[in-house]
Amino acid sequence: MRYIDEYRDGALARAIAVTIAREAVPDRRYQFMEFCGGHTHAISRYGIEDLLPANIQMVHGPGCPVCVLPVGRIDDAIRMAMRPEVTLCTYADLLRVPASGDTSLLKARAAGADIRMVYSTLDAIRLAEAEPDREVVFFAIGFETTTPPTAIAIRQARKKRLTNFSVFCNHVLTPPAIRAILDSPEVPGLGRVRVDGFVGPAHVSTVIGTLPYDSVAAEFEKPVVIAGFEPLDVVQAILMLVRQMNEGRHDVENQYIRAVTAQGNLIAQREIAEIFEVRASFEWRGLGELPASALRFRESYADLDAERRFVIETIPAADNPACECATILRGLKKPAQCKLFGTLCSPETPMGPCMVSPEGACAAHWTYGRFRDKAKIDAEKAIA
Amino acid sequence: MTASRLRTRKLDLRSGRVDLSHGAGGRAMTQLIKDVFLEAFTNPLLDQGNDQAAFNVPGGRMVMSTDAYVISPLFFPGGDIGSLAVHGTINDVAMAGARPLHLAVSFILEEGFPLADLQKIANSMGNAARDAKITIVTGDTKVVERGKADGVFISTTGIGVVPPGLDLSGDRARPGDQVILSGSIGDHGVAVMSKRSNLGFETEIQSDSAALHELVFAMVDAVGPSLRLMRDPTRGGLAATLNEISQQSGVGFSINESTIPVRPEVAAACELLGLDPLNVANEGKLIAVVAPEAVEALLAAMRGHPLGRDAALIGAATQDDQHFVQMTTSFGGGRIVDWLSGEQLPRIC
Repeated sequence: MRYIDEYRDGALARAIAVTIAREAVPDRRYQFMEFCGGHTHAISRYGIEDLLPANIQMVHGPGCPVCVLPVGRIDDAIRMAMRPEVTLCTYADLLRVPASGDTSLLKARAAGADIRMVYSTLDAIRLAEAEPDREVVFFAIGFETTTPPTAIAIRQARKKRLTNFSVFCNHVLTPPAIRAILDSPEVPGLGRVRVDGFVGPAHVSTVIGTLPYDSVAAEFEKPVVIAGFEPLDVVQAILMLVRQMNEGRHDVENQYIRAVTAQGNLIAQREIAEIFEVRASFEWRGLGELPASALRFRESYADLDAERRFVIETIPAADNPACECATILRGLKKPAQCKLFGTLCSPETPMGPCMVSPEGACAAHWTYGRFRDKAKIDAEKAIA
Repeated sequence: MTASRLRTRKLDLRSGRVDLSHGAGGRAMTQLIKDVFLEAFTNPLLDQGNDQAAFNVPGGRMVMSTDAYVISPLFFPGGDIGSLAVHGTINDVAMAGARPLHLAVSFILEEGFPLADLQKIANSMGNAARDAKITIVTGDTKVVERGKADGVFISTTGIGVVPPGLDLSGDRARPGDQVILSGSIGDHGVAVMSKRSNLGFETEIQSDSAALHELVFAMVDAVGPSLRLMRDPTRGGLAATLNEISQQSGVGFSINESTIPVRPEVAAACELLGLDPLNVANEGKLIAVVAPEAVEALLAAMRGHPLGRDAALIGAATQDDQHFVQMTTSFGGGRIVDWLSGEQLPRIC
């Protein structure tokens, strides 16, 4: 595959790995967080950990939209879908996410709710046009990457005067989440999260550009390198972070120059701003309530807002108390350190957010990396 | 499949449709069987018109396997539900090293299904069986009301005989044994998905649906007792098959991504759909686990057959208490190759 294979070139990766090993200062620890699930997936899928020296560690961040969606919001979607007049449209990866009381969208569908998988927001628009007697609700989730298509669907619905279409908006914002991780209070017994630098979002940054990260990098004195989702992108970004740390810099650098500019996609930003405004506060699964971290409809588009049309008031729902996702999402623990990992919690029966989506830290480790756990335990035993 | 020599009007095979009378046991059913199925499958055993087939079998151990086919869409690039129902069951029999002999078939038809399509499917089954030099010797037909099935469902049962001295089984892989794959993976699954109405991408990829027993004969002739087991990686793909064997045999596997053949078009389609070719179904490929000393002879024999032309050594069985299938990625790192969790793409076979 042209333009893809080039970014998965094993020989080039090994060459960069040699440079990283040479430039990383042996008695120094480098702990980087890759914010996005896309990076987590690439790191696990291609075994990037095996190419890095032992003193460079990757911490998996919360940038997986399915993972951070709080249970209460899925409960809301299920309640809407159970109404006889409603057809709920959703992306497939939300179907299995466990909601309160041992339910999920998939189980609601089996119980008779009209829930349909779509591949794009425009599929939902087409459905609303084709079935004018149904109340079609699009379950919108995701970071800045998926917000523009939602905005465009809303604009189209307005233009077409569709009265049977609405959107349940759960779009969240990236920079407040990065800030929340760096700002998070000390966790008793575990200390503060240690993040020396960020592998910054790929697709999100194509929309918002690199500028929004400047204040985070400056304020917290942490380097940020925006990187693409291919494995060579990640390896190169790690080298760039090592160099910044060695030189005592904390700049925002752009590895993903083939897609990301400083300003981002201004048309997409305008579309978002036309329809949405920032919510005062929104709950993130694993991170809790974060101020100004999500979007909601502006008053001028309120008629297309499913939350108002169906008068939704989210009831917060708690996660399993043994679930360590909150500490894993902050980089304080590794997936294998959770008691539920691989016992009660697996991709087939996920308990917590990190196991829910293939891009979650626990699911990625379970699917691709868990063979390393035994080797590590054996090695530790041998040293002890 | 009972059929008397009744004189009735020919079925309207151009624009007629299956109705409930075609399953009612009367004249209409007899006519459907005669004009569609006997016409397509004709052979002396079936043509006797009994409710069962009686025949002699050569000496050796018998193998029996059954499979149901519910694929959607019914017609896809490189095959249809009919040829698939023949190939799939032949392959399940052949993976024991057996020579497939006969098939039994049963059809569940939905009221309203076009007779033209049914004839097309039956002819495709007849051709697939003739090409494979096996016979469909008995069968059954049922019709269900509209909405109770999806056009046509087919079940086939096959029998075959394993030559003496051959003992292939999923529990026979041992650490050090080598794993050989007969050709490129993912072709069938991607060909079927390309025809799903809501995915809407176009590709030239054909399903690899094929009967593998002649390739198997060549392999058995070449290395016979050195073969530990064979399996065709259908639903769940190569990943599921290797995991099944690792559990059955109590071993691990270590495979090398860069040795696994994947067509560029398949790789591109998987990239687009977010799939891993390792999880995508095949219908004309097999993997063989073989003693290390027989690898070269086996590869040579496979590459001498059209269906094994791209055969490749992809890895080896390992000692591993946890029975992991591990892979060195083409990027250079290691990872697990796990069963697919969550939604299997629906009805690809």
